[in-house]
Amino acid sequence: MFKSPTKWRIMKNLIFKEIDELIIGSLGIVCFLSFFIGAVVTIQTALNLNNPIIPKYLIGFTARQSIILEFSPTFISIIMAGRMGSYITSSIGTMRVTEQIDALEVMGINSLNYLVFPKLIAAITYPFLITISMFIGIFGGYIAGVYSGYLSSEEFIFGLQDSFIPYHITYAFIKTAVFGFLLATIPSFYGYYMQGGALEVGKASTQSFVWTSVAIILVNYILTQILLS
Amino acid sequence: MIEVRDIRKSFDGKEVLKGISTKYEKGKTNLIIGQSGSGKTVMLKTLLGVHTPDSGQILFDGQDYALLNVEEKREIRTEIGMVFQGSALFDSMNVEENIAFPLKMFTQKSDQDIKIRVQEVIERVNLNGANLKMPSEISGGMQKRVAIARAIVNNPKYLFCDEPNSGLDPKTAIVIDELIQEITHEYQMTTVINTHDMNSVLQIGEHIVFLKNGKLVWTGNSQEIMHTENEDIIDFVYSSDLLKEIRNFHNTKKI
Repeated sequence: MFKSPTKWRIMKNLIFKEIDELIIGSLGIVCFLSFFIGAVVTIQTALNLNNPIIPKYLIGFTARQSIILEFSPTFISIIMAGRMGSYITSSIGTMRVTEQIDALEVMGINSLNYLVFPKLIAAITYPFLITISMFIGIFGGYIAGVYSGYLSSEEFIFGLQDSFIPYHITYAFIKTAVFGFLLATIPSFYGYYMQGGALEVGKASTQSFVWTSVAIILVNYILTQILLS
Repeated sequence: MIEVRDIRKSFDGKEVLKGISTKYEKGKTNLIIGQSGSGKTVMLKTLLGVHTPDSGQILFDGQDYALLNVEEKREIRTEIGMVFQGSALFDSMNVEENIAFPLKMFTQKSDQDIKIRVQEVIERVNLNGANLKMPSEISGGMQKRVAIARAIVNNPKYLFCDEPNSGLDPKTAIVIDELIQEITHEYQMTTVINTHDMNSVLQIGEHIVFLKNGKLVWTGNSQEIMHTENEDIIDFVYSSDLLKEIRNFHNTKKI
């Protein structure tokens, strides 16, 4: 991938284009999902904590832990395996089917560098998306919890701050960075090395989604064991 | 000029090219013809460096491609223009960006110079007004013109075309053939066209190589192909009923 790299003038534009498509383009769906999942997590917690001796601020605590530790890094990444992964596999796969990759190679361009490297660099900014997801998720939880009358604003904010371990943020971002790498590489592999026609592009997209999701779940387990045990 | 010396290529033990030797001259439209499975595409891809021959030599203006180092091979590749069967235009770029692509990748020209050169080529292939259209918004014939424009924009020494007429109506196919022949003469390129379109063969075949089962069985030009007694050529050229009738009529007249 790093042999005969594309000229920086071109590569710079490709990287910005991929950041726009993969990261900025995903903001809408990520914000929507995060807000409502954050809200549902809060409501579910509130409805299940009906013992009067359990303090209500634990609702805020649970929302924070669920969103920061698992929902934003892991489940948003699985959703992104569908959105980003399908986009990457189908766009590269279509280029393969329509001889656009052959055209690059015949021109003497390192097609792997030209097509995959910008996506890999764009994936470095993936934690930015997850940071937004965390904020929006907690905000959704706050709105649902406070405005539905399950707890007060002060209780929710106290719960958010209670027993806060900064290392959990580090853990979440280590996971996110690894997932970002998986989200860029596995779909690129399936797109770049696919063979056949239009039907195979669809099959490759499905396969890439399945294997990226499997990889995220497995790596999530392994990283959790390593980093939190 | 491109010279091919006894090239052989096998896939999974099956020999697809069986010792082909020929010369593709500068300033001429050189055609590779043959039935499906005759080895035309493998031949073209081998010339392009997509496949490496098992044995034999390919010489670009006397330079043996196999003996060149990576940088020299890359240099040769920048001197190659290619028109793919399906045009292979970049979907994400408009007509102007597609044509400008080789210039941006391989030259140090300023944006202004690139724009001027792209406009020259757009005018040359009669694509005026289509500058900002996306490939999906233009017809097959126009896509082929864009592909030709992209192939010639960097003044290549060698132009390769893989079935440039496929999927086009006969009238547009003739226009594309004429365009390729004109620019070949104008830019003095070594043009190699892979085709099984008989109109192209008769219209622009200045040097024709006929392949059958991976072997070169006949070479000549568009005049010679009409009068050859080679059975394989007759079988290929006069495969349609209409052309058979024409040949019979022609032969009857001769008697």
